[in-house]
Order: sequence, then structure tokens, then C-alpha cells
Amino acid sequence: MTSTYPAPFILSNIYDKIKSTLQREEWEAARGTAVLRVSLFVTCLVDACFPEVGVSAVRLLRRLGVEVDFPPEQTCCGQPAFNAGFHREAGAVAQVWLESFADSDYIVTPSGSCAGMIRHGYGELWAGTSPVGSLAKELSEKTYELSQFLVEILGVRDLGARFPAKAVYHPSCHATRLLGIGDAPLILLRRVRGLELVDLPFAEECCGFGGTFSVKFGEVSGAIATDKARNVMGTGADVLVGTDMGCLMNIGGRLRRLGSPIRVLHLAQLLEEGLA
Amino acid sequence: MTPRSTMKERASAALRDEFLRRAVKTTTDKLFLGRRLAQQSYEDWERLRDRGRAIRAHVIDNLDFYLGRLTDRVRANGGQVHLCREAADVVRVVTEIAARRGARSVIKSKSMVSEEVRLNRALEEIGVRAVETDLGEYIVQLAGEMPSHIIGPAIHKNRQQIAELFSREAGRPVAPDTESLAAFARRRLREEFLRADIGITGCNFAVAETGSVCLFTNEGNGRMVTSLPPVHIAVMGMERIVPTLEDLEVMMHLLPRSGTGQKLTSYVTIVSGPRREGESDGPEEFHLVIVDNGRSRLLRDPRFREALYCIRCGACLNVCPVYRQIGGHAYGWVYPGPIGAVITPLLQDDLDRWGDLPFASTLCAACSEACPVKIPLHDLLVRHRARYVAAGKAGMAERAAFRAFRRVFGAAKKYKVAVGAAEKLLRLWVRDGHMAPRVPGLKGWTDSRDFPALARRRFRDLWPELEKESPGQKGGKAHG
Ligand code: SF4
Repeated sequence: MTSTYPAPFILSNIYDKIKSTLQREEWEAARGTAVLRVSLFVTCLVDACFPEVGVSAVRLLRRLGVEVDFPPEQTCCGQPAFNAGFHREAGAVAQVWLESFADSDYIVTPSGSCAGMIRHGYGELWAGTSPVGSLAKELSEKTYELSQFLVEILGVRDLGARFPAKAVYHPSCHATRLLGIGDAPLILLRRVRGLELVDLPFAEECCGFGGTFSVKFGEVSGAIATDKARNVMGTGADVLVGTDMGCLMNIGGRLRRLGSPIRVLHLAQLLEEGLA
Repeated sequence: MTPRSTMKERASAALRDEFLRRAVKTTTDKLFLGRRLAQQSYEDWERLRDRGRAIRAHVIDNLDFYLGRLTDRVRANGGQVHLCREAADVVRVVTEIAARRGARSVIKSKSMVSEEVRLNRALEEIGVRAVETDLGEYIVQLAGEMPSHIIGPAIHKNRQQIAELFSREAGRPVAPDTESLAAFARRRLREEFLRADIGITGCNFAVAETGSVCLFTNEGNGRMVTSLPPVHIAVMGMERIVPTLEDLEVMMHLLPRSGTGQKLTSYVTIVSGPRREGESDGPEEFHLVIVDNGRSRLLRDPRFREALYCIRCGACLNVCPVYRQIGGHAYGWVYPGPIGAVITPLLQDDLDRWGDLPFASTLCAACSEACPVKIPLHDLLVRHRARYVAAGKAGMAERAAFRAFRRVFGAAKKYKVAVGAAEKLLRLWVRDGHMAPRVPGLKGWTDSRDFPALARRRFRDLWPELEKESPGQKGGKAHG
């Protein structure tokens, strides 16, 4: 998977754009390089259920010299309503999202699914020609899933983290198929000291979450999650890591019900814990 | 299959059938791996997909023109063309031919469209025996069922079950080993081939330029059905056209690789009309039945038009996590899996009965990724859902829930208050950091999975502290 945004070009662009403010010039002087300004889209799920994932994401980005802000008006990208077919409701919530991030240089989110909604779903909600559609298009091009941002934009591969454990990685469908983050999470994970990464059989098969599907078709969803959980357990790993809390909550919920002690971690948590 | 059951009920029933689930999974695994290997055997698979898609798009955008050309060429070849708007028209055309020929028995090779219009039943009603000659279709026919997979109609049946069906048909026990089963079917079907008055086939592709019908088969039955009986009727969906033989070649690479994982099917039969003077075989009469049966609804609607690009390879079924759990019958009609969920509500034009199919998907997009002609099936599924909701078909509770979603998530202030209040309320059900299994509205989830409790402090509440942390600070207080 090659990036459509060559990092050096973007870096120099951004460098020109932001070097005007005094504070940033100080930063640059101190670090000898351009400072990227990132707005964190924490997602409603992480905000309400897994705030620690957002905390880890912020700390990781800061360690890499990125300036992080948190637009306070953000709530949700609108995906739950969009996928359920409630497009008027999705559009209303997505507009709030657009307003919240209208001034951002980069938007980074610890969810491939929400980034996928913005990059892909917004195009379905609004034609690119309408005013709101063109804003959506502009912002969607600045939106990245966390690991994608680290690898594609910052060019980071080795964070210097250490995490002695046996881990499996679940590639989330929206991150890989809608967003196309490719191997970004694996590139980062492979360089974590002490981390033994084992292959997950049928890794690319969905975990069965699917938003409201998981409740509407709870039995089917549960059956798919069971297969996924069994595949995870079969590897003998002690950690399951991924890029999306929706999927991890689903697989983790099934693992817990099956009595498995496997720890379920977002990539940001694993990396940050490995740096602490 | 009860006629008025819901997708959810049918899915639940399928989930209880352990045998079915294992059989479907084994087969789809095999097909999935086969497809992957077969694609690797083609040098530039992605470009081939793009070409295939471009051909299909071009045909669908110019369908009138190509239908006209195809019709002209078939007639020039000495064949007859019947354009059928509805299922009843197909039935009428075919039964009239059968009556005129005084036909008693018909042999068929695989045709999904004839399942759509329930042709076999219609023929039987006028006293004509119709026998499926594709082994899988034959099994399904004996069982009185519908195919459960586009290219493997009987993948839900094991040898034991097949032996029982064959024994009943033979009136004596047929052993459940592959040889005995195949031997029985071969012997029985040979008799049928020899006595048939009419052969009916489907059509994988019709070539407009030459007026030919092309069939991909693995058992050779297609050849017999098209050449032994004195009459050959090919039934095709009106979108199933490629402009030229060159375009057909692209499909010859795409379809078997995506479907069965073969580089090419064992037989490719190309039929261009009836026997001509001086030719030694082929039918006396050739009829091409071109079927709309709801397809123009897809054609007219730009949101769903792409679904007509489908080449019926079945790849989207094999990768679909839902299909892999429940198999094809749960989809309730002829076309299962993601493509079935997309086309059934439109072909049948009945939202009340079929509108729930597009909701039976996780939207994982594995289907779109697998589709050889790059139909964005997951987008089409979402568009269906939007259509369903816009038509006012969503349930009251769900409508209320999303109205509330809009209100609460439509402003950060309201969101903060509402989520805070919800968290406090839900504390009543929290055990050990998770929700107790009987929280109202979550049953579908909690039957099989634990659900995490809402955090006591949201990320936005932690942010003020976090904002003050200096870069590189480790493990500060802010950890919820
Ligand atoms: S939608 Fe695509 S993958 Fe599915 S059957 Fe049609 S061509 Fe094959």
C-alpha cells in the first residue's frame, strides 16, 4: 500500500503554513524540525467507553513531537445512523463533525472505521459538488487513522517500544478495506521489542460487529464473533491488538464470556504502555 | 422456507443447523482459497478486473443498443428471440413452445433465471417433466429446494443426504460413496438426455456481435442439453451481454477464477443458433428468451444500477461472514449472499417482504473487495437501508432511537449531559466493569458477549489535565 500523500511534500507545505506563529517557531527552534498540528477526533465510543485509548493516542503523538488539540464541539462522525440507513440523522451529526474540524491541519483518530466513514461515507452522504460536500471532501483528505498517520505522514516505523508478550493482530475491515491503511499497524508492531506476533487464522474475516447489526442480528453476529474469538484463542496469544474499539469490544466481549484471560488492547495502548 | 418469515428468523433457523454450517464453511473456504490461488495465476489481476468492469459498465449504459444487436444477430442465425417483461411472460413463451412441440420431457442445465420465474413448476403443471442435469441442481430438485449457492447449488447437502434422495428416486438403496452416487446420476440423467424433447439452459454471457450464447460448465451437461434435444431454449437475464468475442475472453478469465477458482471451467459451450444446412448436429429450433423480470428497475435507478454488472460468480458469497454462517436458504429467494441482498428487494419490488435482507450484513466490504467487476456491494447495501428507512419502514423504536441520536449527538453540550446521565443510570447494571446481561435493548449483544460499562469520566473530561501534560510525560494522572 503506497501513500497517496508523500510525506516530504506535506511536511514542507505544513512547515510553510504554520511557521508564522511565534510559539511554533520556538518549537521548531527547539526541535529543529516542523511541528505538525493534529486535531484528535477521539470518536464517541472511545470518549464514552474507552477514554484511556484516547489518552494513549495523545501521548504517543506528543512524544513524536506532534502538537495535539481536541476540538471540544466534536461528538460522533455519524456512522451509526449512516450504516443503519438513517441518512438525515447521520447528515445532521456529520455536519457537527465538519464544523468541529473545519480549521484542522490534520485530523487523527484511533479508529479506522470512523476515519473510513469520513473518507468514504461522507462521499455517499453528500455529492462533492455541494458546499458541504466540498468541505467534507477537503476534511476527509486530511483525516487519518492513527497508525496510518504515524507510518504514512510521520514516517515512523520504530517507536522504541518494548512489550514482552505474545500477540495477535486483528485487521479491522473498515481500516483495511474502506480506508486502506494496509500494513501500517503491523509495521509498527513488528518493531516492538519483546513482542512475539503470531498469525491469526482467517485474520481478514470480519469479527461480526457491524454496528446495529450486532444487536439486530445478534445471533449471527455472535456466531461470527465466536469464530473470531476461537481463532484468537487458538493462537495461544496473551494479547489481542487492533485499531478499532468497536471490533475489539466485540471480540473482547466474546472472549470474556468464554472465560478467556486474553488482554484486549488498542494499538495506541500497547505502544504507549511499551514506551512507559 | 416459510413464505412470510423474516430474514432474522430464517437466519436463526440456519444457525441451529450445525451440519449446514459446517458444510457451507468448508465449501466456501475451499472456493475462497481456490480463488486466491487462481487470481495469483493471472499476471495482472487488478487490470483484468478493471477491464471486466469497464465492459460491463459499457454494456449496461448501452443496454438498448446491445439488446437490439443481439436480437438481430440471433435472428440472422436462424434463432427466435422472445423479450419477456415479467415472469409470467417467460412461463407463457416456454410452455407455448412445449405445447406446440408436444413435448413430454425437458432437460435443463443450470439457469438461475428459470428459478426466478419458477419454470419447472410451470412446466410440471402442464404435464411436462423438467429434469435438472447439473448434478447440484439435480440434487436440489430432488429435495424440492432452491439452490443455496450461485455456483454450488447443493453445497449444503452431504453424501448421506444425497444418497437418501437418490435411493428414493431409484426405488432401491444407493450407497453414499462418491462413485455410486455419480454412477447413479450419470445413468439416470443419460436416460433423460436421450428422451428429452426440449433442452433449456441458462446463459452466462450472450455475445452481441455474433448472436451466441455462452455456457461455462464443469460436467459437460451443458453441451448435451444444447445439442441432443430437437429444441434448445436459452433463458437469459437481459443484462447478461458482452459486445464481442474479445470481451467474452476477459470474462473467461474472470468468471471461473472468481467462482470456482479454476483457470477455466472444463467446458465452455458457445451456441450460435439452430443447426444449419449441412451441419450434423444441433437443435432444429433455437430460442433465446431475454428476461427483464425487474431488472429495468435496477437499470433506472442510478443508486443500484451497478448491481447489473454482476457476472454471477459467487465470490461475494464465499467471503461474506454472514453467508458463511447461515448459507443461502436464509436469504429466502434465488440469489443469496451480498448480491442477493442487493438485487432481491429490487427484482421482487417488495420492501415489506424483502427489505430486511440488506440489513443482514456487517458491512465489512469483503464482498466489494472480492467482486471481480468491483461492484461496491457494501455501499449498495447501505443505500438499500437508506431507501428502506426513507420509505418509513424502520421500526418505531429504532426511529425514536435515531431521532434521539440526532438530538444528543447533534450538539456537544447535549451529548455531554446525556452521556453523563446515561452512565450514572446504567451503573445500576454494572458488574465488574461490564454491563449485566439483561440491559434493556442490548439483548442481541449480551446473549453471547459481555458489554463494557461506560467510563465514569469521558475523554473530554480528562482532556483539560491531559492538555497540560508535557510531551514525553509518562503515565500521568489522566488515565481514566
Ligand atoms: S456481485 Fe460480484 S462477486 Fe458477487 S456474484 Fe456478482 S460478480 Fe460475483
